[in-house]
Amino acid sequence: MSGHSSWPEWIYVGVVIALMVWVGAEAWEAERLVDHVPADAEVIKVTGQQWFWSFEHEDGTKEIGELHVKAGKAYKFEIESKDVNHSFNIHDYVVLMDAVPGRVNTVWFAPTEVGQHDIQCREYCGLIHYNMRGTLYVEDPSS
Amino acid sequence: MVLELQKPRPIWQIMFSTHHTDVGLLYLITSLAFLFMGGALALAIRAELFLPGSQIISDSMTFNRIFTVHGTTLIFLFIIPFASSVGNYFVPIMVRYKDMAYPKLNAIAFWMIPPAGALIWLGFADFTWYATPPYSIISAPGPAADMWIFGLKILGISSVLGAINFIVTILKCKHPDMSIGQVPLLAWSFLSSSLIILVAIPTFAAALLMLLTDRLGVSGFFNPALGGDPIAYAHLFWFTFHPEVYVLVIPAIGMMYEIIPRFSRKPIHSYQSGIFAFVLLSIVGFSSWAHHMYATGMSFTEKTVFMVGTLAAVPASALHVFNFVATMWNGRIKFATPMMWAVGGIALFFSAGAGGVANAAMPLDFQTHDSYWVVGHFHLFVMGTIAFGSIGFLYYMFPYVTGRMYNEKMGKLHFVMSFIGTVMVFFTQHVLGLYGMPRRIFDYPPIPEWIAMNQIASVGAMIIGVSMVIFLANMIYSSGKGKLANTEDPFGVGGKYYYPFEVKNPSH
Repeated sequence: MSGHSSWPEWIYVGVVIALMVWVGAEAWEAERLVDHVPADAEVIKVTGQQWFWSFEHEDGTKEIGELHVKAGKAYKFEIESKDVNHSFNIHDYVVLMDAVPGRVNTVWFAPTEVGQHDIQCREYCGLIHYNMRGTLYVEDPSS
Repeated sequence: MVLELQKPRPIWQIMFSTHHTDVGLLYLITSLAFLFMGGALALAIRAELFLPGSQIISDSMTFNRIFTVHGTTLIFLFIIPFASSVGNYFVPIMVRYKDMAYPKLNAIAFWMIPPAGALIWLGFADFTWYATPPYSIISAPGPAADMWIFGLKILGISSVLGAINFIVTILKCKHPDMSIGQVPLLAWSFLSSSLIILVAIPTFAAALLMLLTDRLGVSGFFNPALGGDPIAYAHLFWFTFHPEVYVLVIPAIGMMYEIIPRFSRKPIHSYQSGIFAFVLLSIVGFSSWAHHMYATGMSFTEKTVFMVGTLAAVPASALHVFNFVATMWNGRIKFATPMMWAVGGIALFFSAGAGGVANAAMPLDFQTHDSYWVVGHFHLFVMGTIAFGSIGFLYYMFPYVTGRMYNEKMGKLHFVMSFIGTVMVFFTQHVLGLYGMPRRIFDYPPIPEWIAMNQIASVGAMIIGVSMVIFLANMIYSSGKGKLANTEDPFGVGGKYYYPFEVKNPSH
């Protein structure tokens, strides 16, 4: 019971609080940018259901389990679910948003390079949750 | 086991006793039994994930049931009853009272646990420990789901009864010569965690009833098809279970507060800052629940509020770490088994907290959420901090409970293997999460990084498994045949062990 509130403890607590303020401020700044959807983003409707993803582009094209987008363009996903909760995830682009029945959640991304990425479900949704996967194809805009 | 082996009593005499050490013993044995049962399920999960494809579990439904019951068991049937055991043994002694305030209520609270455990294990539900709606309403197979709901309901009532008992014992039954500012930190930790329970549990209790009536089809609180909202459940659940994290961790910290000064042969650095940190944690613990829900579609403002609330809890936790380190500083430390567990637990507590700060930062959360990072993160708390503190304290109270000493070499081996195993499993899982592996999956595509990380984690888990067998052998053998402990000072560190005159059979 000796030496309570000694000066090293105050300095230590000060450093911890300063670190937390810094982390919070950086996170706030970054999230503010991420939350801002570009005005020209093309809308893609994403529907999760046990146990696959389907997509509908602005021009009415529909895809199941596969998504084709063009590099260098911004896309806004409008995510819904037909049955239980899912979570739409393109890990390579840090796209992650829950698909909740009765709600439309949005998230956006702008792929920069041509390539192929995994799409997966990251919220437990039952029997085949582990294999609720798809593929994202980022294509050359000129093709 | 235990003193009963020196002066045997018929088992029913212990079972129907209301004396605090008897109830403590019942809690202890029950919680350890569930530790081994839940741990066996963890080993099954790790064995299954050693390679892509089906290994030892034939289908995903079985796998889903296994991780659900694993989580439910270790949180509700190991950690909480174990803390209750420690509280039963030591809170009355620390406040210098003959028993708990309400001995019969105490026994009732204990006896709710076995039927609840039976419901959970016989049902073997599959909807995760979070019972995620609407899956749990429209898809989860009954009667497993309903049995789980009733099991949790009973455990909630048991927790509340236990909490009331601790609060009254500490505040009303403490010796009149003793002010609340003189109650040891372990008792303070039970006071704080019990107060959290009283505030937090009713919310989940209500949510469970709503979940049940939704399943029965008579209501639609969380069922979107009937106009309900699954996100409402998420709020109700996490309003209970984020503070519940502190319910689990605070007693473990309290146990470390008993061990660290004793084995550093120094008084605690700052008793006041320990109390302050407990009280602060139990208040700010209520300001962060929705940091589990950033990805459910929350607005920027909501996310910011809960990020700030989460970060606000960090200085309080950091105060405990400072207190521990400052107590050990310049101490004549004796690294006996309990001290090793406590110090290992503090190191892992620090790592878990650092990872938690990363989770709380909004943009990073979208990287880690529902991935194996989260699994690694909270296991560093529940295993690395809480189980380490608890097991350390079990070694520490062993002479008190049994009057005998455990085998020191086996205890140290248990620690070293568990520590290595814990680092291998849960640090690796953080990295695995950054590679994008979702949690709660039965099978995964053969991505080389995923396979490598999973294999490291599985080997680590097996090391923990072996160490637990050593632990079990040590406990069983030593409680009957270990060498008799010097109950004045069993660890040879000077100072006073727990009121050795209490080490005898309760006479009633």
